[in-house]
Amino acid sequence: MEITKETVEYVAHLARIELNRKELEKVSQQLQDILDFIDKLKKVDIKDINPTSHILPIDNVLRQDTPGESLPIDKALSNAPQREGNFFVVPKIIE
Amino acid sequence: MEELIKLTAHELLERLNNKEITSEEIYSALQKRIKEVDSKVRAYVRLDKIDELTNQRTKEPGNKLKGIPVSIKDNICTEGYNTECCSKILEGFRPPYDATVIKKLKEAGASILNAKANMDEFAFGSSTENSFFGPTHNPWNLECVPGGSSGGCAAAVAADEAILALGSDTGGSIRQPASFCGVVGLKPTYGRVSRYGLIAFASSLDQIGPITKDVRDNALLMSCICGYDPLDSTSVNTGVPDYTKVLVNDVKGIKIGIPKEYFIEGLDSEVKSALEESINKLKTLGAEYKEVSLPHTEYAVPVYYIIATAEASSNLARFDGVQYGLRVDKTESLIDMYKKTREAGFGNEAKRRIILGTFALSHGYYDAYYLRALKVRTLIKQDFDAVFKELDCIITPTSPTPAFKIGEKIDEPLKMYLSDIYTISANLAGIPAISIPCGFTKRGLPVGLQILAKPFDEETLFRVAYTFEQNTPWHKMKPKI
Repeated sequence: MEITKETVEYVAHLARIELNRKELEKVSQQLQDILDFIDKLKKVDIKDINPTSHILPIDNVLRQDTPGESLPIDKALSNAPQREGNFFVVPKIIE
Repeated sequence: MEELIKLTAHELLERLNNKEITSEEIYSALQKRIKEVDSKVRAYVRLDKIDELTNQRTKEPGNKLKGIPVSIKDNICTEGYNTECCSKILEGFRPPYDATVIKKLKEAGASILNAKANMDEFAFGSSTENSFFGPTHNPWNLECVPGGSSGGCAAAVAADEAILALGSDTGGSIRQPASFCGVVGLKPTYGRVSRYGLIAFASSLDQIGPITKDVRDNALLMSCICGYDPLDSTSVNTGVPDYTKVLVNDVKGIKIGIPKEYFIEGLDSEVKSALEESINKLKTLGAEYKEVSLPHTEYAVPVYYIIATAEASSNLARFDGVQYGLRVDKTESLIDMYKKTREAGFGNEAKRRIILGTFALSHGYYDAYYLRALKVRTLIKQDFDAVFKELDCIITPTSPTPAFKIGEKIDEPLKMYLSDIYTISANLAGIPAISIPCGFTKRGLPVGLQILAKPFDEETLFRVAYTFEQNTPWHKMKPKI
């Protein structure tokens, strides 16, 4: 399929990545090459084939609901770019 | 003392046990070596940390690794010491906990090197050129790449700047650099080694594994890190053998498959002849051969680049300037902060993969790309299941070419992706695979041979690899730096 710059711009927005015009050009072209290559998968007959999202025969992994040790707050927040008390600080989200 | 760094871990352990040397002597010899050659090889990042070592002194005499230093890829969490995935977006990140493999290594008496091994940013690459810190150079030819993404680990082991190393493998990131650098690299069965504390790239494909000077060291390190971990719900609760006990010099009766789809156009002629000679060698040692077919091989690369990027786009959503790492300030809104932080923090390949993965998962394209890839993944796995019904293992080249020049493929992602053509299938099928040295090109670059086996049958890999190694000289070759 053909991938337009608008599509790349939209997907970049979904991925929360800003691209300048030059990057957009380059990425669009490279994605086009990659997708052309990937298109060969259309040749494969996948009728009645189940998808494999995971290789192990494991569905749900459950454990007893018993309290254990958890990461202390100070450690959990130790890498925060900005912190206030026990919270991460982010830019204002309510206009 | 100079000679100490040339030894393998098992040789060092023997001398430690005989009280001929001390672990301090090993560490200072290693330190000296790193200071001498790493300005050329650049296997390590944050080299200022080389004077610090965690768990340097080990108490109990009976432990497995007795203070031997282990080098760690920059995406495996070490408590209190920088772990940055060689990305600007994780600059300064100091994990608040150890990865399970690090915990296990400390319990086994290992010392952990706090200078970490270089890698492609977030393990996105096959050459270690995508590192925020710049490329690592191949010890066999400094103008060549060491492979990737665990290029720092493989180059360090090859250059005797590391005794043992831990890397990670999502599509060949342990095996391809091991092949380019002439060392031994194992990707264990998916679920064999805990991924807890490995900064995730593609969760259904990632595995941590050992990179070492020889097969015995590999089995030794593997025995220390594997096993069930309640903190990783995809780790499998099954018995853990002592892999050093399966190392017998004997392949009589072992049934080996050679997949015809791997000996195709694009395979370098010198790699091909090294492989053929190696196959003959194993034949004379008593192994049985059969040509087999893995008919969906040609689809492995496209399937991988959909599944791996889709999972990566989801895993890397967490790098948003809130909990850790880089944050770009002075932004208009939260979304603006996310975008500017990710724009500034991620390198080109990371951006490309996140965008490709987001595309494959996005509304309208999900069925055509992601779901289709998952179905073809089933077919690739079935190819292996069918072969392993009859045979014990499969032998292939690890990479279609020897190490290429730095800069040669960096602007052509598709060409770079194709250098993983022989390694990717093992991750998609979840099976174990090892790369061992099997020869050299005329220009003096190492060639690697890959052995693949059934899930949880690392024993067969080690046995075949060990037998080959004991009857060939390749693992003893050292680069001149």
